[in-house]
Amino acid sequence: MNITEKILARASGRSSVSPDDVVFANVDKVMIHDVSGPGVIKVFDKLNDQGIDTSKLHDSSKVWVAEDHFVPTAEKISAENIVKLSEFTKKYGIEKHFKYGMGQYGICHTLSHEEALVSPGEVYVGGDSHTNTTGALGAFACGLGHTDVAYVLLNGEIWFKVPETFYFKLNGKLPEHVMAKDFILKIIGDIGTDGGAYNTMQFGGSGIDEMSVESRLTLTNMTTEAGAKNGIIEADEKTINYLQQRGATNLNQIKSDEDAEYAKLFEYEASEIEPIVAKPYSPENITQVRDVSSIELDKAYIGSCTGAKYEDLLAAAKILKGKQVKIRTEVLPAAISIYKRAMQDGLLQIFMDAGAMVGPPTCGACCGAHMGVLAKDEICISTTNRNFPGRMGHIDSQTYLASPLVAAASAVTGKITDPRDLN
Amino acid sequence: MKGNVIKYERDNIDTDVIIPGTYLKIHDYNELAKHAMEGLDPEFHSKVHEGDFLLAGKNFGCGSSREHAPIALSTCGIKAVLAVSFARIFYRNSVDGAFLLPIEIDEKTYQTISNNDELEIDIEKNEIKNISKNETYAIKPFSEIIAKIISAGGLFKYKK
Repeated sequence: MNITEKILARASGRSSVSPDDVVFANVDKVMIHDVSGPGVIKVFDKLNDQGIDTSKLHDSSKVWVAEDHFVPTAEKISAENIVKLSEFTKKYGIEKHFKYGMGQYGICHTLSHEEALVSPGEVYVGGDSHTNTTGALGAFACGLGHTDVAYVLLNGEIWFKVPETFYFKLNGKLPEHVMAKDFILKIIGDIGTDGGAYNTMQFGGSGIDEMSVESRLTLTNMTTEAGAKNGIIEADEKTINYLQQRGATNLNQIKSDEDAEYAKLFEYEASEIEPIVAKPYSPENITQVRDVSSIELDKAYIGSCTGAKYEDLLAAAKILKGKQVKIRTEVLPAAISIYKRAMQDGLLQIFMDAGAMVGPPTCGACCGAHMGVLAKDEICISTTNRNFPGRMGHIDSQTYLASPLVAAASAVTGKITDPRDLN
Repeated sequence: MKGNVIKYERDNIDTDVIIPGTYLKIHDYNELAKHAMEGLDPEFHSKVHEGDFLLAGKNFGCGSSREHAPIALSTCGIKAVLAVSFARIFYRNSVDGAFLLPIEIDEKTYQTISNNDELEIDIEKNEIKNISKNETYAIKPFSEIIAKIISAGGLFKYKK
């Protein structure tokens, strides 16, 4: 069995599973946030009307809660949703509630690794499609809707059809100026936004071994954009060290068997990957950065679970140091732990000296919620994950998805810019 | 199940189009319904009738996990979405929450059915009758677990 099959077999109490088997898997960790949480509460209300008992959760110690989409609260309704979340966690005795402005807080997927909330080998589900992100820690991590999450909260398990696994092998180290974001955009361009649908996307090879944990998280994060059920990378020493530094203990490593089966193998040479953007209006609509270098921009957005981790900020700061931005530029670190590190290391100073705005950890404009949404016809280069029509604001705005290096270089010139071409 | 078709000749109709991100803070079903398909067709809410079917190409519902998407469509009156293929979370949400039926059809059927056609869908026989065109098409049968959850009326009623 491969790693995903082994995790699902263990979680469903079977000695083995194969693709297409339907299993009920015990869930080790479950996450809700200020969008899916109120959605779950709504499901609970409906269940109560049907006489189904919702007075106790299966295990509240497995649950954690983030506040990220509409925080700092954008307007009255989002403020009410945050109040509802607090009432919910109090009622059910959920201790891991990461309240914004109260200790550790940030985007849910970033907290999952920054706070070491999920361990290798676990089954982790969340009420958010980018839950896939956390698979880079060697866990089975999968996004679900409100009804499914409500079911998990009350029953501790959920059904899955065991996916087939596509294996993406990266040979060699990515060149300078090329980031994990470029690699995952390249993959999505190759296989399409339904190219991984219902399947697992597993990453391995010497290029993945070379990568930092944060870079790996960028890969699994965007497996969602290829429609995958989960993205996964086997934990190694780097993963274990990363999690131990963040307080995790008793870490197991599950590896695929030697004779594990994969439905398809995709092989890439790292030296051949170039800086890439995805043009509006789809993450699969990719092109090399140099092919669109005449596009004039209105804005650069460096934020989100995809593109505002510490090393993303470090990459942007390298470009912006001593330079001035030519377009409106927003930098929103993905968690307060990252924000503080960026402050201590002088990165925030670099951004502000360059003229950029530094904002709080929030999903913000990535999902068109608030804090920098786009006007009609505005064109943005963004380190986020989606560029569907209206994703970041007006239906006629445009988003180019790019790495933090490309976004920062473009902020400096005001046009889409390959970091290799920046003087 | 009988109704008329609202057809969008598009692949990859994503959840940002079905219900834009700014409405994710809303959990009132009737309010969400007012914004269904707003990203593609701001008139959708006023043209849809109870019992209608939505027809589209491949990868319908790709994007986010927002259950707001099937909720907005079903509260408008949409009983089934017919598509060449579905993104996984939209598909699960539609079935597990018992909001609407996600029905997979082949490319030819998708091309053949026109906007406003009146259809009768029979999921027992895996068949669509096109009353307007006097034609019959096959639908891709649901997998065993999906059929069971649909027939129970959602995941909570199905239980294991």
